This record gives sequence, C-alpha cells and structure tokens, in this order.
Amino acid sequence: MAAHLKKRVYEEFTKVVQQQQEEITAKKLRLTKPSKSAALHIDLCKATSPADALQYLLQFARKPVEAESVEGVVRILLEHYYKENDPSVRLKIASLLGLLSKTAGFSPDCIMDDAINILQNEKSHQVLAQLLDTLLAIGTKLPDNQAIQMRLVDVACKHLADTSHGVRNKCLQLLGNLGSLEKTATKDSDSTAVRDVQKIIGDYFSDQDPRVRTAAIKAMLQLHERGLKLHQTIYNQACKLLSDDYEQVRSAAVQLIWVVSQLYPESIVPIPSSNEEIRLVDDAFGKICHMVSDGSWVVRVQAAKLLGSMEQVSSHFLEQTLDKKLMSDLRRKRTAHERAKELYSSGEFSSGRKWGDDAPKEEVDTGAVNLIESGACGAFVHGLEDEMYEVRIAAVEALCMLAQSSPAFAEKCLDFLVDMFNDEIEEVRLQSIHTMRKISNNITLREDQLDTVLAVLEDSSRDIREALHELLCCTNVSTKEGIHLALVELLKNLAKYPTDRDSIWKCLKFLGSRHPTLVLPLVPELLSTHPFFDTAEPDMDDPAYIAVLVLIFNAAKTCPTMPALFSDHTFRHYAYLRDSLSHLVPALRLPGRKLVSSSVSPNITLPEDPSHQFLQQSLERVYSLQHLDPQGTQELLEFTIRDLQRLGELQSELAGVADFSATYLRCQLLLIKALQEKLWHVAAPLYLKQSDLASAAAKQILEETYKMEFMYSGVENKQVVIIHHMRLQAKALQLIVTARTARGVDPLFGMCERFLQEVDFFQRCFITDLPHLQDSFVDKLLDLMPRLMTSKPAEVVKILQTMLRQSTFLHLPLPEQIHKASATIIEPAGESDNPLRFTSGLVVALDVDATLDHVQDPQSTVKVQVLYPDGQAQMIHPKPADFRNPGPGRHRLITQVYLSHTAWTEPCQVEVRLLLAYNSNSRIPKSPWIEGGEISSQVETGIEGTIPFSKSVKVYIMPKPARR
Amino acid sequence: MGEGEGLAAPQPALPAGAGQDVGRSCILVSIAGKNVMLDCGMHMGFNDDRRFPDFSYITRNGRLTDFLDCVIISHFHLDHCGALPYFSEMVGYDGPIYMTHPTQAICPILLEDYRKVAVDKKGEANFFTSQMIKDCMKKVVAVHLHQTVQVDDELEIKAYYAGHVLGAAMFQIRVGAESVVYTGDYNMTPDRHLGAAWIDKCRPNLLITESTYATTIRDSKRCRERDFLKKVHETVERGGKVLIPVFALGRAQELCILLETFWERMNLKAPIYFSTGLTEKANHYYKLFITWTNQKIRKTFVQRNMFEFKHIKAFDRAFADNPGPMVVFATPGMLHAGQSLQIFRKWAGNEKNMVIMPGYCVQGTVGHKILSGQRKLEMEGRQLLEVKMQVEYMSFSAHADAKGIMQLVRQAEPESVLLVHGEAKKMEFLKQKIEQEFRVTCYMPANGETVTLPTSPCIPVGISLGLLKREMVQGLLPDAKKPRLLHGTLIMKDSNFRLVSSEQALKELGLAEHQLRFTCRVHLHDTRKEQETAMRVYSHLKSVLKDHCVQHLPDGSVTVESILIQAAAHSEDPGTKVLLVSWTYQDEELGSYLTALLKKGVPQAPSGGS
Repeated sequence: MAAHLKKRVYEEFTKVVQQQQEEITAKKLRLTKPSKSAALHIDLCKATSPADALQYLLQFARKPVEAESVEGVVRILLEHYYKENDPSVRLKIASLLGLLSKTAGFSPDCIMDDAINILQNEKSHQVLAQLLDTLLAIGTKLPDNQAIQMRLVDVACKHLADTSHGVRNKCLQLLGNLGSLEKTATKDSDSTAVRDVQKIIGDYFSDQDPRVRTAAIKAMLQLHERGLKLHQTIYNQACKLLSDDYEQVRSAAVQLIWVVSQLYPESIVPIPSSNEEIRLVDDAFGKICHMVSDGSWVVRVQAAKLLGSMEQVSSHFLEQTLDKKLMSDLRRKRTAHERAKELYSSGEFSSGRKWGDDAPKEEVDTGAVNLIESGACGAFVHGLEDEMYEVRIAAVEALCMLAQSSPAFAEKCLDFLVDMFNDEIEEVRLQSIHTMRKISNNITLREDQLDTVLAVLEDSSRDIREALHELLCCTNVSTKEGIHLALVELLKNLAKYPTDRDSIWKCLKFLGSRHPTLVLPLVPELLSTHPFFDTAEPDMDDPAYIAVLVLIFNAAKTCPTMPALFSDHTFRHYAYLRDSLSHLVPALRLPGRKLVSSSVSPNITLPEDPSHQFLQQSLERVYSLQHLDPQGTQELLEFTIRDLQRLGELQSELAGVADFSATYLRCQLLLIKALQEKLWHVAAPLYLKQSDLASAAAKQILEETYKMEFMYSGVENKQVVIIHHMRLQAKALQLIVTARTARGVDPLFGMCERFLQEVDFFQRCFITDLPHLQDSFVDKLLDLMPRLMTSKPAEVVKILQTMLRQSTFLHLPLPEQIHKASATIIEPAGESDNPLRFTSGLVVALDVDATLDHVQDPQSTVKVQVLYPDGQAQMIHPKPADFRNPGPGRHRLITQVYLSHTAWTEPCQVEVRLLLAYNSNSRIPKSPWIEGGEISSQVETGIEGTIPFSKSVKVYIMPKPARR
Repeated sequence: MGEGEGLAAPQPALPAGAGQDVGRSCILVSIAGKNVMLDCGMHMGFNDDRRFPDFSYITRNGRLTDFLDCVIISHFHLDHCGALPYFSEMVGYDGPIYMTHPTQAICPILLEDYRKVAVDKKGEANFFTSQMIKDCMKKVVAVHLHQTVQVDDELEIKAYYAGHVLGAAMFQIRVGAESVVYTGDYNMTPDRHLGAAWIDKCRPNLLITESTYATTIRDSKRCRERDFLKKVHETVERGGKVLIPVFALGRAQELCILLETFWERMNLKAPIYFSTGLTEKANHYYKLFITWTNQKIRKTFVQRNMFEFKHIKAFDRAFADNPGPMVVFATPGMLHAGQSLQIFRKWAGNEKNMVIMPGYCVQGTVGHKILSGQRKLEMEGRQLLEVKMQVEYMSFSAHADAKGIMQLVRQAEPESVLLVHGEAKKMEFLKQKIEQEFRVTCYMPANGETVTLPTSPCIPVGISLGLLKREMVQGLLPDAKKPRLLHGTLIMKDSNFRLVSSEQALKELGLAEHQLRFTCRVHLHDTRKEQETAMRVYSHLKSVLKDHCVQHLPDGSVTVESILIQAAAHSEDPGTKVLLVSWTYQDEELGSYLTALLKKGVPQAPSGGS
C-alpha cells in the first residue's frame, strides 16, 4: 500500500513538471504562430499514460482553434485515436472532433469518412454515443449535402440495434435532425436508401428503455420542427404513450399529440368502445385534458400549457373543461357559480345563509355518471385547483389564450378567473388579474363578480393592486351600483394606501370615460349637491375628492347633460384641475366657456414633418460650415444648440434626437472655444491660471461624450466612432494643456505614451470605420503616427496642437431611433417635513419608487446614490428583482435603500438620486482576432463611471444618538 | 403459490369497524404468510367496550405478537389510532408499530387527551393509563415518506403522502412480488395547509381505499372557502357568535389559516379563539413539520411561519359568556362531548349565532342530529334544548370525493380494489363505477367478513448470459416487451430457478445428449434415375427456399440446413421414387414444412428432360 502511494506521489510530481514544460512550449509556439496541430502532436506523443493524454486534451480544449489549422488538428487527433486503448481518451477525442467540426469556416466533410470508419470498429458504448454526437455535429454543419445526410442516416439506422440506451438515444437524435425531408428523395437508388424515417423512429416508441422512448418522441418532434409532415398514424402510437410509466415520456407524448392535432385537426377518429367518431383535434384535446390530472406535475404543467394553444377545438368540448358535475349522495348538485348566477338573475342580492341553499336537487342516474373517462370534463377545474402553483399558472395562461379566441368561453371562465383572485400564491393572483385584463373586451362583470374582484383591492401587495387598477381601467361594468361600488372600494384603497394615488386616478379616468351613462345618475350623490341648499365646498387638495372629480369629468366628456348638475365650485375646480392634472382631466364643452384646449390637440395629430425637417436643416447648416470665421461658427453653434433644445421640449418624439445632436454640438462648441483661448499665443510659463477654461472644457467634453455614449438607447456603431473621436480630441486637448502647465517632463512622458496607446487602440477598434473619417483629427494623427512614436513629448504636443486646430468638424449621422434615458423618482416625494428618525449606527429603510424610461439593461446599470450633508456619498446597487418591466422601454424600480449615519444634533436632508453606471469598454465591438484577455492588459481598461439621470430628491432624516 | 389476503374487522356482530361503516378502522391483512394490522381505531359513538375492536378475533389462543408481524398506523385521528395503547399494553402486543414522524409526535397528545376525558371526566375504570400510552409509543418505529422499511427479511413497507392531516400517509406493504396499498384517509385536492395525496404507479395486487365520500363530487374548494368566509363574516358583522366544532388537529389548522389571512386582509377586529390545551401543543408540531405541509407554506416559512397566528388567541371558558361577536374553534368536532358541546348549549338559543359543522358527523352524535334538521335535542339529564341558532354544514372534510378516489385508483393501477371506511349503499355505487371503468374486481366486505383473493405471483428465473445473448441475435430489439419463444432448459434446484441452454443443462446434470430424429418418406412419381430426381428436388428447393442454405452433396443427397433428403428407387414400382426426409427435433418446424412441400410434388423441371 505504501509503495503504491509513493508511486502515486511520484506520478503526480512528474505530471506537474510536464505541465509546466508544456506551458512554456505552448507559449513560445503561439508567439511564433506555428500551427496548433504541431503543439498538440508533441503533447500527445509525450503523454505516457492515458491520464496524461487526457490532461493534455483537456488543456487543449480550453483554447479555440483557428479555422485554417482545424484540419491538421483533426488529423493528429484521429491518428492518436487509432492508437489509443483507453476509452476515456477516445471519448475525449471524439468529443473534440465534434467541437472542432463546429468551428466556423471549416468544412467538416473531410473528416466524416474517418469518423464513420472509427465508428465501425469502436466497442465502447460511451465512445460510440460520443462519435454519433460528433456525426450529428458534422451533419448539422452540412445541411445541404444530401449524400452525406443519407449516409449518416444509414449509420444511425445500423446502430439503432445497439444494446446501450445512450447509443440508441444518439441514433434517434441523429435521425430526428438529419432524416431526409422527402421520403422519395432518391427514387432511382435501391430500396435501402429510401428509408421511412418516421417509421423507424416510430418503432422505438415501444423501446424498453424510457430514455430511448423519450428520445424517439423528441426525434419525431424534431422532424416536425424541420418541416417534415408527420403521418397521422403516429397519433395512435403517441396516445398509447400517454399511459407510460415515466413522466418524461408522457410529457413528450403530450407534446407530440398536440403537434399531430395541429397538423390534422379535421381528421375523424373513432371513439373506442363506441361507434361514434369525432374530430382529431377534439379527441386530442380530451386526451390532453385528461393529462391535467396526471400524477406528475411536470406533465400537468405541460398539458395545461398546451391546452391554451388548441384553438380549433369545438366549443362544446371547450366548455366541458369548466364543467364538473357535482353530486352529493348521488343527487345532482349545482355549483356555487351556478347558484350565484341564479341569485343574481332572480334579483336577490346576497344569500348563503339559507339552510339547504346548496341542498342537492334531483336524483342522479347512477349509470349515467361518468367519474373519470369523461375527456375534457373539468380539466380546468382541476388545473386551477392544483397543488403546484406552476400548474395553476399554466392553467390560467391557457384559459387566457382560449378565452381570447372565444368570447363565449371568456364569459364562462370568468367565474373561475375571479376565484383565482383569492389564490394563496401572489404570482397566481397577479397572473389571473392580467389574464382578466387581456380578455376584458369580451366580458362584462356581474355585480357579485365585481364584489370579489374589488375585495382584492385591499391586498397588501402593490403589484396586485396596480394590476387590479389596470384591470378596472378596461372592464365593463353592467350597473350603476357596480360603478358606485368600484368607486367606494377605490377610495377605501386610496385611504389605506395613499401611494396608489396616481394609479387610482388613472383608473377612475378610464372608468368614467367608459361608463358615462352609468355615472350620470350618480353625480348628485357623488358631488353631494342638494337641489335647494348649497353644500360646503370640498377641500380641493383631498386626493379622494380629486378622484371623484376625475371620474365625473371624464364621464362628462361624452355626456353633455352632466355639467348641468355641477355646482359653481365644481366648475372652478374643473378649471384648476384641467390645468394642474391635464393628463387626467379632459377638455369639456362647458356652457358659456370656450373650448380653449382644442387649439392644442390638433397640433399633435399633424404629421411631424415640419419639425423633423427643421431639425435636419439646422443640423445641415452647421455641418456645412467648415471654414467660417471662428466668431461666426461659435454663434451659429450657440443658436443651433438653443433651437434644438427648444425643439426637444416641444416635440417629445424628437427629444432624443435633438438632445443627442445638441450635446454633440456643445462638445464641438467647447472645443472651438478652448482652442480660441488667448493662452495659446502666450509663452508657456505665463498663463498658469488662465488655463482653467481649456482644461475645464476638456473635462466637460469627456463627460458629455460618456453621456452621449451611454445615456441614449439606439446609438449605433457609427455614432460610437464619432463620439470616441470627440473623446480623443478632448484627451489631446487635455494633454496639450497639461504640457503647457506642468513642470518637468516626467509626468508628460507618461501621459504622452498613454495617449498614443489610446490612439492605437482607437485604430484597432474602429478599423472598419476609418475610411469614413477622412480628413479628421484621427486621420491625420494616424498618418503621423510613426513620427509621433519616435518624437519627444514636447514635439508631440506641438504636432497635436496644430492638428487639433486644423481638424474639421465631423458630421454626426443620426440614428433611426434614439431615446434619452430618464428617470423620475416618485417616492420619496421630498415633501415631508417630518424627519425620519432612527438611532445612529442602526439602519433605516427608505422606500424608493422610480420609473425609468429607455434604460437598457437597468438591472446592471441603474444605481441609487445617497448624498449625506457631510459630502459622504453612498452608492446602492438594487437587486435585479426590484426592477419590473411594465412596458417596452419602461421600467419601474421599487426598492429599499438603507440609510445610516452617526448621530446628528438636528435633522438634515440627504439627497437621493439615480445614477447610470457605465463601463467604457462595453460598447467597443470585439474583433474576432483579439483573443480574450489581451485587451484588459492594456491601457484600455474600461473607465467606469456614473451619470446622474434623475432629479435628486431630498429626504429629511434624523439619526438620534443611542440612548444608554 | 397463490397466497390469500384477508380482511377482518373484529366482532362481526358490531355495527362498527373498518367495514361498511365509518368509525373504527382496524384491518387485518395477511399477505404471503405475513400478518399486518392496518390502523387500530376506536369508535366515537360508544362509551363502553364496543368502542375498541375485539382483538380476540385475531387469535383465540396464543399471543398477538406471535401472530402479527407489524402494526401500521396511517394517521393520528382517534378512529385510526385510538385503541393503540389498549391493544399494545392491555391486550398485549410487543411487535413493531409503524407510523410517520408527525403521527408519532401528535398521536400521544391526542391519546392522553382522550384518556383524560374518559377517565377524569367520566370516571371510567379499566381504561389505559398515561404510562401505558408512553410504553406504547416506545414500540413505535417512525418512517419517512418514500422510505422503504424492511420489517423483516421478506416484509417491507413504504409510506406515501396522503394529505388529509399532518403526517397522514398511505402505506404500501410488499412481500416478494405481492403487494397491498392501504390508503388510510386521504385527500386528492390540496387545501390551505396540506398538499394532495400522491402515489406512483406501484400496481399493487390490492388497493384498500377509504370511501367516505363515495357518492359525492365536490365543488371547487375556492367556492367552499369563499362561502365559509362569507358566512362567518356576515354573522360577525351582525354581532353574532360563530361556533366551529373541530377536531383539535387537521381541519382546524386549515380553517385557522383561512380565517387568519382573511382577518388580516379585511382588517377585522372580532376575536377568534381556539380552545386551549392540546391545540397549542399541536400547533407547535405543525410549525415543526413544515416539510409535510403544502407548497405555499413550505416556500414562505422562512419569512413567516404560517402557523404563528396573529389574530387567533387561546380560549378561556369564561369567554363564552362575553358579549359581542366572536369566532370560536372548539373540540370535539362532532359535538358529542367536551367544550364544543358546552358552548353549543350556551349559544344554541340565540338565532343570531351560528354553528358551522366543517366535517363529517357519525350517527348518534349531536352534530349528526342537528345537521339532519332536528331542532329539539334531548340532552343529558332529560332536559330539552331548543336549537335556534343557524346550523351550517360546510364540507371541509379532507377526504377524497368520488372523483378523487377514482383518480387514486388510476394512479396506482391496482389489480383489485377493496373499499372500507364508508357506508354500504354508497360503496355499492363506487364499486360499480370502479368495476366498470377500470375493469378490476372490487370488494366491499362487511365487518368481520374475510375476503380472499388469488394472486398470480411472478417467479423470478435466472437466465444464463450466453443463452440470452444467443437468443438476442435471432430476434432483434425493439420488440423487447413482447413475449418471445425461447429454447432452453429450466433447472429447479435449491428453490431457485435457472434457465440455461440445453447443452449446459446436460453438462451440469452429467447426461449424454440423445438425438431425436424424425424421418419421413415421400413418394414421388418420377421415372428418372435417383440422381436426377435428387437434382430436381435440389433445384426446386433452391428456388423455393431462398434464405435457407440448400446444398447438393456429392453422394447424391440434398441438405437443407441440417435436414437430409435422400432419393431412392421404390422397391416395387420403378416409376416411383421414395424421398427420405430426416430432421432432428430442433428443426421440427422446417422439417414438417419441407415434407409438406415435397408432398405437393416437384414441378417438372424444364431442363430435366431426357
């Protein structure tokens, strides 16, 4: 034993040494760029044991191989393969072959013969499976080569009889991916060439190994995905698999049945044990419904999901899914839903207290009750009641999709959806609310349903409440009591959760404009007006009162008789609200008043051509000037910038473009201004202090370029080049200014070198765009590059200075769609006078709620900054889960920020704002020849920074000293 | 080799037991020579000897320990475990008792409570003592879900999740290839605190299932929950008191969670009380056995354990007379004794109040009486109680309904089903349905009745690898699941079976091989010479049997595979040739085919004319 251990120690020791050697040689080889195959060959020859060889192969696999040397590497590998006795090494080689054949730009048909060849002599099942996988990779690489495909299919068929499930799996996978699309592709050749792939795969539906059965079904699905039309005969085979013992088989079988049902929806299939026949899609629907009560939840989820996309199913089958024949002691019983509906139609409002209310009625014929094989019966009832919330969500989604395509079904499933509002899992509740919103066009809520819906308004989850508000925005309510109920509940909600204010107002706006006739009879009550007496004027700042007014004014828009019911102060309040909350209060045609607002609205509807034209023209005007006198250029730029800013304010859809170009022009303006400084004419030692402006300009340009690059969504590569070019100019400026102010040469030397590296980097990154930069600063710079490299810093600075002055103004092409990222902090509102008190040293949680517009990837870029009065700044990274995505381009950040500080004597304000973090490397296009890791070693380590993009909000806090 | 399984409930004369009644579960199964007792329950409706099963039925002479291999308790309800201390300590049983961990934890609490009621309150003598409960619990072996427990060399049991109450389990009992599944009580629809019962496709020989709700298909639980909350809410708003009689454990916790979340959501202030004592202890266990609860509670317990109630407080007897609305959960659930009955008597006179019966009530209890509409009750001491309060029945019982039972049968795919724990006439319906839809036999024995059912056990036979491989070559996959003919020799030796090739069998047994040949003469009308006849036969066979090896040997005979055909002249008639066909018995199939073929005659060869 000891001897053995010793041996192992030595083995390991020697291995380490070898690895080191290998690394050294590898490095040398790469520097001189010989082919990789040579290195690999050397390694493999050196390997003394299979373990060694495996190590080398593993190391080799870590680095990519260029397309031109793949072939050589493959030869080496194959050569070694023939010699190798150890299956694990052969396995690795086989997998490497597969990887290599995937290399872009390499055509793997040359190694196919060898691969097939070694396949025939291979004994190990695992290696066989791996080789088949390699063949699959080769085959998928050459989709057009029919002959190869046929050959591979033949190989697969030959190995289908293998005893190992892994090999059979791979064969089926190969068949699924490569099986010829046309059965009669080669008619002239003999019968063996024309294989019916579907038949072959179908035979393996009854394989003894469940993994192979699954693979067979998956292969069949793969055939379908590739556009091969599956035979209808498969349907029956697949139906048998539904009762398989293994869940993955059942799960795949459900999918297959679904596929077939979509292919042959109208075919007629017989019902077993009877003479009747039904459409295939109905039969499949029944079968999948049956799987909703399967033993495995994976299958249940699968089945419930697929139900949603079976739209061709007959309506009576569809309606069965919501039907569950109730009985009690063999007597037919009505469901609670039916009872509620009956109560409602009979005019009685509520009940549930009468004994025997739900007493079973008529006797059930024992023979007629079908307890289980009733097809679609009650599938959704089961699905919605499932133990796993995944199944429930899938069922709700399916309900949604089916209801969208069938209004009758939508009406029927309403009761069930409303029930789901009380689910114990929030996600399910949310999903069902969203679903309801999606189908709201097809439905009208009954009062008892509305009652249940509104009860959810008290939910403590903000998401749920907001989703519900959105739902109420687009629901149809049938009675005025319903509207009243909704309003009362919404006001209750407002009182309980004041933060919901905006969302509730918006909700009432739509509720009012949808139901003007229902609101009309409620107006006197809502405004508490009295026919004879004047009532007290309500408080204008009360959010609840504003809510009521929003409802009424929006209803009054389409109901001209309503304003007659208003009292004087209502009109006054209208005028106030129309001004302060114009997005919520529409323009009304009031008696004795002109419709003021009508002049504004048509403006928006006009085509946006003139303003767009204006933008184009003003920009062209700027770009056309090249050699105007400096004074004139400056003025023109200033005017244009002003114009653009104003345009951006007026036209929200052009704001992004206008701001973007204005920023660019401002950079240019700053550059021109800096170069206009008198300082350049004065001898160096004299203007130490005056150089402030130039260096400040350089700094500001840098900042602005980062803003341009990272704050706008939709910036393309051609803009990035220009932005980087501008940044380069700013850096040059910085260098010149430093050169003139700094004493001594040493710091300058470093700066110079860094600048030159940056130029080099610029050239490498944007090599493809360089032709567009004719005559620019960089163009000239690159021309002089060899000279600059050898010159002294002082000389470099001099050259730069002249070039900077001579350089022309580059035209910034405008991108198609550009939007500026912006953020608004809704909460904290910054209005509170009550300081947030907490014990110093402990933390206090501050709720932050903000909306973000046009922020790409907010999860990684958006940060919250807290600035304390002592200048201390704190950056908080919100959790990815704190971001919600309510719509395209919009995000919502709801998070908690923890504040802490040492004790203060009196309360003070901290500032909270949002920052956009960036990394200057992120936008740079990666050229394929730059191998990973090389960039970072250079100067170009990404400059990371942040851009504030929201107004800061002040929060009053007071850390108290801890009491002892 | 067919072993029988039997079911027996003690004392056939009693209208109680596991058979066609709900009350006292106690089932005896003997499977492949092993005897297992499933559950050991008591009856709530009796206060005398009849409440316990009569264990003398099991074995008249000899000790129970010798007769029973193990006892399995499905869950902690008293009608499933109430007689356990009596059985193990007073009657005397020392073998193992299996139950799940939560059952093991909660069961003694309930037993102790039951003992207190019986002995301290009613002053009964000859009842089991606290010490007996403790001793009894020492014999318990706790099992985990899906853990296969080897009771002895042959008998193994495995527990499956059953819903119903915390720790309820279904048990699979297996001896060799034979198996029985006993469901205990189970629930196929998940509720607010427990998940749904689940079993894999274990294909037992017999499935013993409860059938409490054999003729009911229940409405969605959401409607039930909403109804319940609405009723409670309305009564409380009216200022009435709500009494919910529950068993201390099980439904009570579900309803508590329901009310607790509702109270929180609606911000209600009326107090909710829960009768003290064992409940607090039990709630403690609910907090502990989170893994046995449903998905929601399991996932959220890190933030807040759902069983730590905020709105629900402990009840004191004095609270019952407090004015104003309140909700009280009180035990026991069928209003037959204890606190719930006391409160009921106090509140019954006021029509503002309400009693909600959330579960099943056994005949003879007050609960059953008021549910069936009785308004005047005769209480102890001959006093008459008029019931003015509203009586509601909410089916919150956690038993599977007819659909659920069918679903479980479908999941388990048993060979036969046996219905217990239900009423006879309801079982009749379910029995008919099961037989009709699954085409399996279904039994519904009465108390004390024994059912014996034959099984067709499978006998494992070892096969030599060489033989298997040889046979595999002939018929290829993937028809592996279909039965196939296989030639081999079955050797039965030392109670194990082996299938080997005949050569090996001969070698092992030291026997010489005997060849068995069949020969057959076929007369053929042919005037030519023997050689030519043989030639004709050869060319004919060559054309007919394309995939067989047909050879013409130099000595003039023809061979097809190993079958020899020789032609000879007929001794009497020179115009007739006799073909001698000879084959070994292994080639019987081909040989008889050849003979039949030759008997039809050989066609005149076009080339063979001289």
